[in-house]
Amino acid sequence: MLHVVLVRLFSSMLVLVGIVVVVFLLARVVGDPVALMIQPGMTEGEIGDLRRALGTDKPLWQQFVVFAGNVVRGDFGLSPWQGEPALGLVLERLPATMLLTTCAMLTAFFIALVVGAVSALTRGSAMDHGAMSLVLLGQSVPNFWLGLMLIMLFSTTLHWLPSAGYGTLAHVVLPTVTLAFFFMARLTRLVRSELLEVMAQDYIRTARSKGLPPALIFRRHAFRNIAVPLITVLAVDFGALIGGAVVTEMIFAWPGVGRLMIQAIGQRDFPIIQAGAFVIAVAVVLANLAADLAYAWLDPKVRFV
Amino acid sequence: MPGSIQRFVLSDNSVNPDRFRAGRQARPILPMIALALIALVVFAALCAPLISPYQPLQGSIMNNLRPPAMAGGDGFPHLLGTDILGRDVLSGIIHGARVSLLVGVASVVGAGIFGTVVGILAGYFGGWLEEVVMRVVDVQLAFPFILLAIVIMYVLGRGLLNVIVVLIIASWPLYARVARAQALRLRTSEFVLAARSLGAAWPRILLRHVLPNALTPLLVVATFAIPQMIIFEAALSFLGVGMPLEVVSWGSMLASGRNYLEQAWWIATLPGLAIMLTVLSVNILGDWLRDWLDPNLRLA
Repeated sequence: MLHVVLVRLFSSMLVLVGIVVVVFLLARVVGDPVALMIQPGMTEGEIGDLRRALGTDKPLWQQFVVFAGNVVRGDFGLSPWQGEPALGLVLERLPATMLLTTCAMLTAFFIALVVGAVSALTRGSAMDHGAMSLVLLGQSVPNFWLGLMLIMLFSTTLHWLPSAGYGTLAHVVLPTVTLAFFFMARLTRLVRSELLEVMAQDYIRTARSKGLPPALIFRRHAFRNIAVPLITVLAVDFGALIGGAVVTEMIFAWPGVGRLMIQAIGQRDFPIIQAGAFVIAVAVVLANLAADLAYAWLDPKVRFV
Repeated sequence: MPGSIQRFVLSDNSVNPDRFRAGRQARPILPMIALALIALVVFAALCAPLISPYQPLQGSIMNNLRPPAMAGGDGFPHLLGTDILGRDVLSGIIHGARVSLLVGVASVVGAGIFGTVVGILAGYFGGWLEEVVMRVVDVQLAFPFILLAIVIMYVLGRGLLNVIVVLIIASWPLYARVARAQALRLRTSEFVLAARSLGAAWPRILLRHVLPNALTPLLVVATFAIPQMIIFEAALSFLGVGMPLEVVSWGSMLASGRNYLEQAWWIATLPGLAIMLTVLSVNILGDWLRDWLDPNLRLA
């Protein structure tokens, strides 16, 4: 077990180092931040001072060494536009993004579990067909369009829910549905196909012939065996979920990390882009690490490799 | 294609419970409808200048925000209405099909070829090459696709070619992963060992023995990637970092209708519907293709 944990930790660290390099390079090729900050009437000397203050006058590798050292200390520098530490600005927005992604993931997970299970247990029925058609539809709807359609229906026409903003429970509903939709479809499909496979196993037949109630068979024998593939997909999709959150935040003016980063890219705000990219990458790496550890906890076969 | 159905029936001794999914294999009506829709989109894309009633980017402000099927000032009807600048929505959708299809197919072909080559080399030879490739793949997969694409688009600037390049950069790891897994599996297979002991050089082994046997899962991944790429292009254009303003794209049409949801529902709704129907059709066809190619193959 310890061995598994250590190997996973090491490869996670490697990925993080790679992320730091990529984040550094990406932000550096986006453009010269100084060019945007030059005011009309500034002298060459003043521009040079600005460059020296930002450290962009040094060779690229020196900039990277300084950058990596600062990252280790959690220092991404000050946002040139807001004058505050970039990491702080990003972390300030993190709860909103976490709220959105968590709500979306939980919604998707529970609906998928129920619909997928009903679909699998009533295979071939009208309900199953209906659910699978909806799944196919769900996987084909672009989430930015779905968001606009939901706004049109529930905000501008019915006036039931706010179209943008943050703060109350009503504000959470539309962004959550928008973000959850695709994952709901994917997970429902997965739950259904995994359950169908598990339900055909000998141990399910044995449990049934022992006379166990179906609910107990499902909980104890079937569900536990689909937990591992479910967790895998949840972890693999976490990055895509955050990517979807970026678009969703833009549509609903949700004050999350994604929206902050899109705005920062427009303003060529290097420190915020770097801090945001780093925080998101760390979140994805942690999600995958958690999934790996969950396998080891759930599945004894993994533990003793 | 009767031959394809025949083949499916012959190989139907799998343990895959999904083979019972009626409506996909038993009644291939849905795939046929999907195929017809795709044919329509391809036709629209190929013949856009011939069949579109108006120039997609020209409109008179006098005719702006006309609801669907209302005549413009010139007496001609706008079947799907006009946008804020008086441009015909139907013509925009017809021309937008070009961008979507071109981006979808070109980026999948590009990323598929690059990812497959890199993945097969990594899986077959192993060693430091595999390490480097897989670490790069890990790093890239830890970074949300859309965010990566947005950042690169800002570097490169808007443009058709740039969008394709970005989607290739962002999606090649998908193919590299699958290709590597296949090469790893095939490396020790008997026919590869036989070819090697007969003295075949490695390019021949990879091209004649490994690649053909690795192709099926790669094709399935590629089929499902086309609708993904179409959606990503639309998303980039929607966020204003995709197509330049002089190119009509379903995503940018959608974005332009965003501020007029109350007055003119059709501007944002109809291009989105076009995206959804195209993507849905490719997905349905992909499902069918996957079951036909290999009923045992399941990708979650």
